[in-house]
Amino acid sequence: MSLLTVKNLNVAFRLGKQELPALMDVSFSLDRGERIAFVGESGAGKSILGFSIVNLISKPGYIQSGSIKLNKKEIIGLNRRQMQEIRGKRIAMIFQDPMMTLNPVLTIGQQLVEAIKSHTNITYRDAKNIAIEKLLSVQIASPERRFNQYPHELSGGMRQRVIIAAILLLNPDVIIADEPTTALDVTIQAEILQLLLEICKKNDVALILISHDLGIVSKVAERTLVMYAGRIVEEGPTLELINDPQHPYTQGLLNALPQMALPGQRLNQIKGSMPSLADRPSGCAFHNRCPYAMEKCKDQQPEFIHSGISTVSCFMIEEMLEEERNAQEGLL
Amino acid sequence: MTQIPLVQISHLEKTFTKDKGIFSPFRFNKGKFQRQQESVYALNGVNLTILKGETLCVVGETGCGKSTLARTLMGLTPPTSGEIHYLNDRIDHLDDNQRLLYRRRMQMVFQNPYASLNPRMTVYQTLREAISFHNPQMKRRNIDEKIEGLLNSVGLYADAMDRYPHEFSGGQRQRISLARALSVEPEFIVADEPLAALDVSVQAQVLNLMMDKQEEQDLTYLFITHDLAVVEHFATRVAVMYLGKVCELASRETLFSAPKHPYTKALLSAIPRLDTNAPELIRLSGEVPTPMEKPIGCVFQARCPDATPRCFSEPPIMKKQKDGSSIACHVHEEDQTS
Repeated sequence: MSLLTVKNLNVAFRLGKQELPALMDVSFSLDRGERIAFVGESGAGKSILGFSIVNLISKPGYIQSGSIKLNKKEIIGLNRRQMQEIRGKRIAMIFQDPMMTLNPVLTIGQQLVEAIKSHTNITYRDAKNIAIEKLLSVQIASPERRFNQYPHELSGGMRQRVIIAAILLLNPDVIIADEPTTALDVTIQAEILQLLLEICKKNDVALILISHDLGIVSKVAERTLVMYAGRIVEEGPTLELINDPQHPYTQGLLNALPQMALPGQRLNQIKGSMPSLADRPSGCAFHNRCPYAMEKCKDQQPEFIHSGISTVSCFMIEEMLEEERNAQEGLL
Repeated sequence: MTQIPLVQISHLEKTFTKDKGIFSPFRFNKGKFQRQQESVYALNGVNLTILKGETLCVVGETGCGKSTLARTLMGLTPPTSGEIHYLNDRIDHLDDNQRLLYRRRMQMVFQNPYASLNPRMTVYQTLREAISFHNPQMKRRNIDEKIEGLLNSVGLYADAMDRYPHEFSGGQRQRISLARALSVEPEFIVADEPLAALDVSVQAQVLNLMMDKQEEQDLTYLFITHDLAVVEHFATRVAVMYLGKVCELASRETLFSAPKHPYTKALLSAIPRLDTNAPELIRLSGEVPTPMEKPIGCVFQARCPDATPRCFSEPPIMKKQKDGSSIACHVHEEDQTS
């Protein structure tokens, strides 16, 4: 049973008379308790997608078309009140920089209690007990003391834990984590990821992880979707995708990791950079950086096909599969 | 490889004192007014030698003093005590004028390319300022040629010259920063987390560029990072820092194949690797404490999984091991002797 279904989502930014497409025909579904990840470079549209799902796209951006269904109920076009019911309670979001998410002039306790009281009707004392219990559940030592502290008194990792505690207050069905560990150190990053993973497994919460680091993704997500220039270009089970990437962009991303080259050797960089919103290339958007680009890549958008390992949109893969099929038919 | 020490850092200490206004430092204590100051011990006696032509990576978590080390080395903050030698000259106590000579020879690339380039200067102005400041008699035409050559060498085109920093992406800006550092033909570059603000694929581009330049111009790098995957790829030697002290110093091969200090082991286990048979994560309790007091004993005592009573009373000393690495740890030492 799919929990969240996104179909043909198109998001654009209005710039004067221009319409700059940020997301094009993004479709995916998420089951209850499933963990998926979106990867891609800056500008691929991963964060925009996260914001679109909770309807936090602000002007000049807007959702052009498509549908987002949560438990079979359409959530595009809901009004502010209805959307507030969903945000936090059903879909919660973790952002990159925990300092920006927490209010610097309120104590941790005030913020947690506020969140509980705005969604449920209980007394302050009960709310405080719940808050402290949740702080303890994200492994914050001496939660009573932390309850009265301000965000600046906590370290980065601790702040991110507080955010995770805040999210758990309302038992959401889906957590969207947008680069949750980018601002953190490696050791803290490992702990926060572990914590997120445990929480998702324990409470049967689905997770959408947004990251540019395939190392992190491989630790957390069961399924990975690779985005490039506003489109999903490849989708498949994480481990298989990493062992045998199909799309040239996925290959490029993986090969650029330092651990993929021998020490002291040059890394395999993807030439060029992600095109900006204003000048997205025609056809397959990756063609000008792709080492295998063909003539038709320049003006046609490849369809999604199943390669046996993943679902991928690339003409090269399409031709390879066709050749294989022909060869097999020839044999028969 | 010739092993000429280019920079020698000995017993370097840096203490930041927190000034809380005129009256607050005075506290009433045991019938007397006492001046009380809060200090942060950022560097607690760092000893390092950087060899010519190598890449020495300094790794550690936030707050371990690695950026302070870079800034003190460059003379951006004066050290509290200790000495820094560049070849045969002592450089830690120089004034601005005397330092100019060395600024030409050692340059710095900063972490955030959005903050380290002047937004109101075009790329041309940024680079020209550096070149003409250090070469006052250079002709305009030569400067222009040099700038064009520099931009080409970092993979940017000449049309980038008249553009402002905001017109470039993060990776391109970091290339401009590198071009600026290279513009005075230094022999030593201190790079403070130059890849932290960049995407994986762009990181690869900048890292490749830095390696090319090292080969072409025989550069020496002090590379500060918390990303061990980059270190594994790029370093000649690695220094692991914790709370203002170097706790392990080893060649890259030794560090990654046989880490010895418990902190290094924990750091290595935390790298998010793609392969499934990665070592199990060693969980450290807590986070790097702020060094408000000079620690008695080992700096890592509070988070160390193997700490013994001795670690709390006596600071370990860096000792050379059989395989060429140096490590400061009582537990490891005792294991060796028993």
